[in-house]
Amino acid sequence: MQMLKIKDLRVTIEDQEILKGFNLEVNAGEVHAIMGPNGSGKSTLAAVLAGRDLTVTGGKVLYNGEDLLEKSPEQRAKEGIFLGFQYPIEIPGVSMVNFLKTAVNELRESRGEKPLSASDFLKLMREKKELVEIDSTLTNRSVNEGFSGGEKKKNEIFQMAMLEPKLAILDETDSGLDIDALRIVANGVNKLKSKERASIVITHYQRLLDYIVPDFVHVLYDGRIVKSGDKDLALLLEEKGYEWIKEEAGA
Amino acid sequence: MSTVKQEYDVKKHFLELFRENRSVIDSGSAPLMNKQREGAIEEFERLGIPSQKSEKYRYADINGVFNPNLSKSFGVQKVSFNIHDIFECDIPDLDTNLILLVNGRYFNKEEPLRELQGGIITGSLARASKDMPQIVEKYYNSAASTEDDSLVALNTAFAQDGVFIYLPKDAVLEKPLQIVNIMIHETDLMAQHRNLFIAEENSSAKVVVCDHTLSPNKFLTNGVTEIYAASNSNFDLSKIQNEHNGSAQLSHTFLEQESESTVFTNTVSLHGGFVRNNMFVRLNGEGSENHTLGLYLADKTQYIDNYVKIDHASPGCSSRQLFKGVMDDQASGSFNGTIVARKDAQKTNAYQANNNILLTDDARINSRPQLEIYADDVKCSHGSTTGQLDENAMFYMRSRGIPEREARLLLMYAFAYEVVNQIHVKPLRLRIDDLVNKRLRGELSRCNNCAMNCE
Repeated sequence: MQMLKIKDLRVTIEDQEILKGFNLEVNAGEVHAIMGPNGSGKSTLAAVLAGRDLTVTGGKVLYNGEDLLEKSPEQRAKEGIFLGFQYPIEIPGVSMVNFLKTAVNELRESRGEKPLSASDFLKLMREKKELVEIDSTLTNRSVNEGFSGGEKKKNEIFQMAMLEPKLAILDETDSGLDIDALRIVANGVNKLKSKERASIVITHYQRLLDYIVPDFVHVLYDGRIVKSGDKDLALLLEEKGYEWIKEEAGA
Repeated sequence: MSTVKQEYDVKKHFLELFRENRSVIDSGSAPLMNKQREGAIEEFERLGIPSQKSEKYRYADINGVFNPNLSKSFGVQKVSFNIHDIFECDIPDLDTNLILLVNGRYFNKEEPLRELQGGIITGSLARASKDMPQIVEKYYNSAASTEDDSLVALNTAFAQDGVFIYLPKDAVLEKPLQIVNIMIHETDLMAQHRNLFIAEENSSAKVVVCDHTLSPNKFLTNGVTEIYAASNSNFDLSKIQNEHNGSAQLSHTFLEQESESTVFTNTVSLHGGFVRNNMFVRLNGEGSENHTLGLYLADKTQYIDNYVKIDHASPGCSSRQLFKGVMDDQASGSFNGTIVARKDAQKTNAYQANNNILLTDDARINSRPQLEIYADDVKCSHGSTTGQLDENAMFYMRSRGIPEREARLLLMYAFAYEVVNQIHVKPLRLRIDDLVNKRLRGELSRCNNCAMNCE
């Protein structure tokens, strides 16, 4: 079943076109990896899908057959879209518990479910914390405040596990992670994998794809997908770098 | 055609009022307080009402609050109701020694001074002036200075009573003292109370002050509080300003601290049409420590003005100012904080921060941090920020499904929490936390028993 269809998407930031006719189709159950050199438009893609206020100058995005771009970020989240941030935001004074409880209950409400009781919520937190092996004391703190880089990334996966999205978009979640953290992050993603769900894994390096095996690998360059393939394409990129892609695209 | 408008001359009005009512004012007070009036009214005559030309009142048009229709009452206060029928503090688990001020006067004037554990004395200041003259005389009107504000002189000339707290050496007050300032009258009214708190060596107490209005009349309060914190004493003052928006409050607090004393003050301004808080701190003794905090949440056309001066007059003292505000609608306000480190105040450690969030284009705040450093070995820092809510944090929360409105509230609440969290009387902190939450949501946020009479 088709979940996401991006057609000829064009996005401009400060008078500069970043996405220049981007196309992608994602079906339920699939894992797509998007790779590409710095500045190719990877993070812009993630941001526009999650609902950042960016200037879309052309194209469309359909999510479950509906126009995604006209929906607010919170509406997208309620319909199952999740963005794992490349740079998670610190929010001093907002506790992790309060933040997640509000989010979880908002999502439940939108599905017509009752809010979780305090004890059920804490139980759910405990369960998911184990999954991502996140330090228990972190969830007693303010959102991301004083977290190390690795803890912030684990926290993204923890939130994803709590919210159980239909379409997870992970924006360079692997950057800055040591091998143990990488394994944990990948494990979180893999646990969520099912026939009804899909993920878009944006990454600069191939090594994450050793743990999260993608069904498709796309190379994003200069605002467009210039090459698609299976997981072997990622290995090729690892071996040969991006130069040959640039040359091919330029030719 | 021209019309001649009779200007209301505020200064002239008070000078006449003073002369006409002098004997009534005196008879409702105590000789010790009366002795200071003549000098004070002369001072007021010389200085007049502060004008916007003065740096200290640059952003506040104070003349507007002196409404000619405000009545002033100096005779025996007729209270035709049982105060406990209409007022009972409803904060759960807030177990305090309660003191009531009604229209700026001690509620039960005939009540003798109360003696609490450890010889701690509380009661009416006028009463204390008669019963404990040697102590009151030593301190009354000596920290208060008219140098910075002529309205202090106006208070000294007119004030008849207020709250007196005396903590003898080594006394430790376990239960907080709660002073409830109630304004209730059939007509618009101006009141001027005078408080005197003395904490002797090694003593310790927490005091909570709550300002309420219980009738919809326009009110003006011009109150002065003097606090002395002797060596090694520990004093904690929380003030909750929650009057209706038809009221104006001018509040002047003078604090003197001796060596190794620690004083916390935390002023939370939730409602009130015009609020001016003056806070003057003098660190007189080596190693004293001061924390002056404030939180103001204003909307509609509220004006909230905090003026703070911390005078490091001795070496090795530390001070910290933290004022945070959220301004909505057309609300406006000002923060003016000065740190003075005198020539001998080496090893001064002073910090000041003022952070504001403006929610609309019409909301305004003027923030003026000032340092006057005359010593050469000091550590002083100050910072001021005024801005909107963090857009990145907003997006982060919304991307998790939290609606925009809720995300804004969470951020504002988090912003305020840094100050609320430093209220040291726990039940009060929980209540303020709740009031702040409701205030930010735009829900009525006065204590329940007050709500029915407001606005």
